[in-house]
Amino acid sequence: MGQRTPLYDAHLAAGAKMVDFGGWDMPIHYGSQLEEHHAVRQGVGLFDVSHMTVVDVAGKDTRAYLRRLLANDLDKVGEGRALYTCMLNERGGVVDDLIVYKIAADQARLVVNCATRDKDLDWMEKQAGGFAVDIQERPDLAMLAVQGPKARAFLQDLVCDDARAALGELPFFGFAQVGSWLIARTGYTGEDGAEIILPGDKAPELWQRLTDAGARPAGLGARDTLRLEAGLNLYGNDMDDGVTPWEANLGWTVALDDPDRDFVGRAALETQKQKDHPVLRGLVLEGKGVLRPHQGVHVAGGSIGPDGETTSGTFSPTLGQAIAFARLPAGTTGTVEVEIRNKRLKAHVVKPPFVKNGKAAYKTI
Amino acid sequence: MSEIPAELRYRQSHEWVRVDGDVAVVGITDHAQDAMGDLVYVELPDVGQVFAAGDEAGVVESVKAASDIYAPVSGEITEINEALDDEPELVNNDPYAGGWLFKIKMADDGELKEMLTADQYQEQIDSE
Repeated sequence: MGQRTPLYDAHLAAGAKMVDFGGWDMPIHYGSQLEEHHAVRQGVGLFDVSHMTVVDVAGKDTRAYLRRLLANDLDKVGEGRALYTCMLNERGGVVDDLIVYKIAADQARLVVNCATRDKDLDWMEKQAGGFAVDIQERPDLAMLAVQGPKARAFLQDLVCDDARAALGELPFFGFAQVGSWLIARTGYTGEDGAEIILPGDKAPELWQRLTDAGARPAGLGARDTLRLEAGLNLYGNDMDDGVTPWEANLGWTVALDDPDRDFVGRAALETQKQKDHPVLRGLVLEGKGVLRPHQGVHVAGGSIGPDGETTSGTFSPTLGQAIAFARLPAGTTGTVEVEIRNKRLKAHVVKPPFVKNGKAAYKTI
Repeated sequence: MSEIPAELRYRQSHEWVRVDGDVAVVGITDHAQDAMGDLVYVELPDVGQVFAAGDEAGVVESVKAASDIYAPVSGEITEINEALDDEPELVNNDPYAGGWLFKIKMADDGELKEMLTADQYQEQIDSE
């Protein structure tokens, strides 16, 4: 038996099919992954993401520590703002990707992946040597994601006055603390909405209130097709300890502006930036079929063997076509061929996101 | 509980067969479609292709995964369910009727005896 979130019973009551995910018993879907996907694109979907690992960092060296640990620069945002970033190893490989919430000059909250929890906590402790910081995992907290074009307005009708006001004012990637809740305008679906981090014992009541009002529970299956359509990477698929942000289409999360900020992995990244390196691009399959991870990709004029490989792939419910991320040689453009069951099928190289505001949004390159 | 019609025969790999004269109509079971989740693509054989029992004859793909379909009996493909090209979800919604996959003209109907009865198939999925 895996670990259970405070919403385990609520999932069963909603008809969830449960699967193991990084040691947790989590809902993969509640009957139809496709319908859940469309609910998030068109209305309001509700995800239990309490399996994610929440880590609080506090102490007078919080700023200095996080500017050393993280490849993005927390100085770029003010208090009450969140930032998407990677933490890297010395070779520039991605230890994990995460969202960091800047609560105060000496206080921040990080949300990291559950599958990498042990590795991340060890790494964070190891990098903390010499810094006056306290690193505290928060297994007492649950996390709900309310996502969809109607999600924020929907939530506003169901929460206290302070939370309602906060939801109305939050900028994208802004957050507010209301009582014991942290409400953030963040997510992993490409839709508007909010993520709420709250005490685990309060989560079932909120879940009930939201589903009673019509939010559709959505499982990890829909979460994966939604994030891929939105052009968002998945750790373990699209990048890992041996892949740098340059190779994972995450260059935009690396802050090199301040020459004096010596974050872990910086030297390796600066060296690689000068050279040709593989890149992560989007693929859209031209005909019928489904793209999956680890399919070989052949580029025009390439070698006999595959020149690249898909890292994530799925059928896009919004586009009605197969989409993927693929790691390809630098400069790959136009059309490539993907190996699917000993056939080679044509796919177009594109710049993600694949879907925005419920419609096709990719650009061929 | 998934539905397992008594009059059909089953393969361990979750195909069903309905016998109509010397033709076997083939599909996947309710249990199989439920385990796969929403189907988004079905790759069927060509009419006229000949298979031995146990050969790979097609693929069903859900949002989650791809799964091979095996010919439950030997013979020649006489018809495929072309509606699945646009509506693969028929397999989810109606696995034993509108969601059939292909028809095989049987070379040896003795092979049917090797297949599972509804009770035997039920036992198999209970033990999975």
